[in-house]
Amino acid sequence: MMQETTIDRPIMPLRPTSFPRERPSRTADDLAGRPPKISVDHLNFYYGPKQALSDVTLMIPQHCVTALIGPSGCGKSTFLRCLNRMNDMIDNTRVEGEIILDGRSILGPKVDVVALRKRVGMVFQKSNPFPKSVFENVAYGPRVAGVRGKSVLYEIVEKSLVRAALWDEVKDRLNDSALQLSGGQQQRLCIARALATNPDVLLMDEPASALDPASTSRIEDLIFELRDRYTIVIVTHNMQQAARVSDQTAFFYQGELIEAGSTNELFTNPARKQTEDYITGRFG
Amino acid sequence: MSNSVIDVAPHGRFGIEGQAVRPRRWGEQVIGVALFGCALVSILTTVGIVIVLVAEAAQFFREVSIWEFLTGTEWSPKLENKFGILPLLCGTLLVMAGAAVIALPIGLLSAIYLSEYASSSVREVVKPVLEVLAGIPSVVFGYLAIVTISPLVRTIFPSAGVFNAASASIVVGFMVLPMVVSLSEDILRAVPRSLREAAYALGATKLDVTVKVVVPAAISGIVAAFLLALSRAIGETMAVALAAGNRPTLTINPLDEVQTMTAYIVQVSQGDTPAGTLEYRTIFAVGLALFVTTMFLNVLAQWFVARVREKYE
Ligand SMILES: Nc1ncnc2c1ncn2[C@@H]1O[C@H](COP(=O)(O)OP(=O)(O)OP(=O)(O)O)[C@@H](O)[C@H]1O
Ligand SMILES: [Mg+2]
Repeated sequence: MMQETTIDRPIMPLRPTSFPRERPSRTADDLAGRPPKISVDHLNFYYGPKQALSDVTLMIPQHCVTALIGPSGCGKSTFLRCLNRMNDMIDNTRVEGEIILDGRSILGPKVDVVALRKRVGMVFQKSNPFPKSVFENVAYGPRVAGVRGKSVLYEIVEKSLVRAALWDEVKDRLNDSALQLSGGQQQRLCIARALATNPDVLLMDEPASALDPASTSRIEDLIFELRDRYTIVIVTHNMQQAARVSDQTAFFYQGELIEAGSTNELFTNPARKQTEDYITGRFG
Repeated sequence: MSNSVIDVAPHGRFGIEGQAVRPRRWGEQVIGVALFGCALVSILTTVGIVIVLVAEAAQFFREVSIWEFLTGTEWSPKLENKFGILPLLCGTLLVMAGAAVIALPIGLLSAIYLSEYASSSVREVVKPVLEVLAGIPSVVFGYLAIVTISPLVRTIFPSAGVFNAASASIVVGFMVLPMVVSLSEDILRAVPRSLREAAYALGATKLDVTVKVVVPAAISGIVAAFLLALSRAIGETMAVALAAGNRPTLTINPLDEVQTMTAYIVQVSQGDTPAGTLEYRTIFAVGLALFVTTMFLNVLAQWFVARVREKYE
């Protein structure tokens, strides 16, 4: 009997019947039949002495949206940042286990992390535009990838901004500093910037946390549209969003992967009690 | 009146709480006054110095016109009564420019190395070494210039004299180098990690990140650090007095002997020039010129910081 409904808590159960998805989610069978884009095997991660991920094993199928959910501090961002080796940037970290992208390991000192990051793009939890113009922000990735020529760059910038639902708002101020944009606009700018490099895999850490409902819904449309060409991993605190956009959902708790499965199944019929408690808003 | 309740109540500003609060407010006032007193010491010192400088210089300018002082091309107060500051200014700027050519590129590149490339263990070794370099007394540098650098300069350029601007520049360059490195390094490291991460996540190499993100984001601070280092180079005294020589020369050739404003002041104040004479007052006129030059650089640094900040924030 879940009569109590609040705005940020999901209404249980999140059945596709009660929440007809405009965007059909991939079925469990479909997921199982897909080749893994990334497979993570017994991953442990440490910040100095503190273990942030314990024995995480997860398969991320190609051309699917995988949502990572779980309470604050459970290791979602840490996990995401392992996938493009962004944690290399932090001193005193240690990683154990294996991460395979397209059949090849991405861990270890021999991996070309620059090439890896060109294929695995990322939108950060806190938006971090460069103190440059709007145009230069989006053009940065293509530029470092060697794209030259103002008209080619302009085309990429426009397309990326349109997809990130920002074009109409900034088309007349491409040369203004990105820091003059509002928080939500900055967040969409960061999405556009990641799209401009045209990666294979897109990692999004709460990409809609500062967005109004209209922009959120456009970003969700974008995620759905990108699904057929990219593999997307998205962290979200919004249960409905996870249910709306993802094909697979993984629930993390205190550094462990508690449960992962097709989104339909996980939200309607969670295997673990902790998962059920979390998605129904009983804790976390 | 020691009874605070009676004191305060008629004004009606404090209620019941007011009585409890009052002793603390009193304590805070004492602290406030004490801190203001400390700040006052440095303000009064500055004001005092400026007053003395201006007053004595005014005496000087009663006898020598400001026009002559600023445009005259010869400085020979003792023998010929020529009071043109240009040779001294030129010597100062020549030494400063030479020092800048050495300290700015080496300093910035070292700072970039330390903040972006060096491992923390390397940094832990290099930073204390820089501090030692910064702590070497200026007279030691001057001596070094005479016994080592000047002979070296003369071997390479036989036309150079024993005293030359180049040796002074080199030595002043190395003196301000630690300052350039540590200020710039602090500024580079203050660039948020999230900006670097944003660039790395787009597939940028370390060089891309450094050149296109970190340095541009820090540029206002770097320029300010440069200008501060330059004003320190202008004010440097001992080393230039020893190395550059004591002959006021209007030249841009770094191999010539020159005299800087600071070196002139040292020369006169060490000699037996009687106080109150015109020659004695030249110290204050030159000192004022030096003060204005340094202040100009500092104001420029602030203006630059403000301008760039406006653009980015
Ligand atoms: N740079 C770091 N150094 C040390 N510990 C860290 C660091 N970053 C994260 N942690 C710790 O690792 C754990 C996991 O953090 P993480 O950022 O992955 O959580 P999260 O699931 O993304 O949380 P949120 O939903 O609040 O973003 C937390 O306990 C956090 O304190
Ligand atoms: Mg996070």
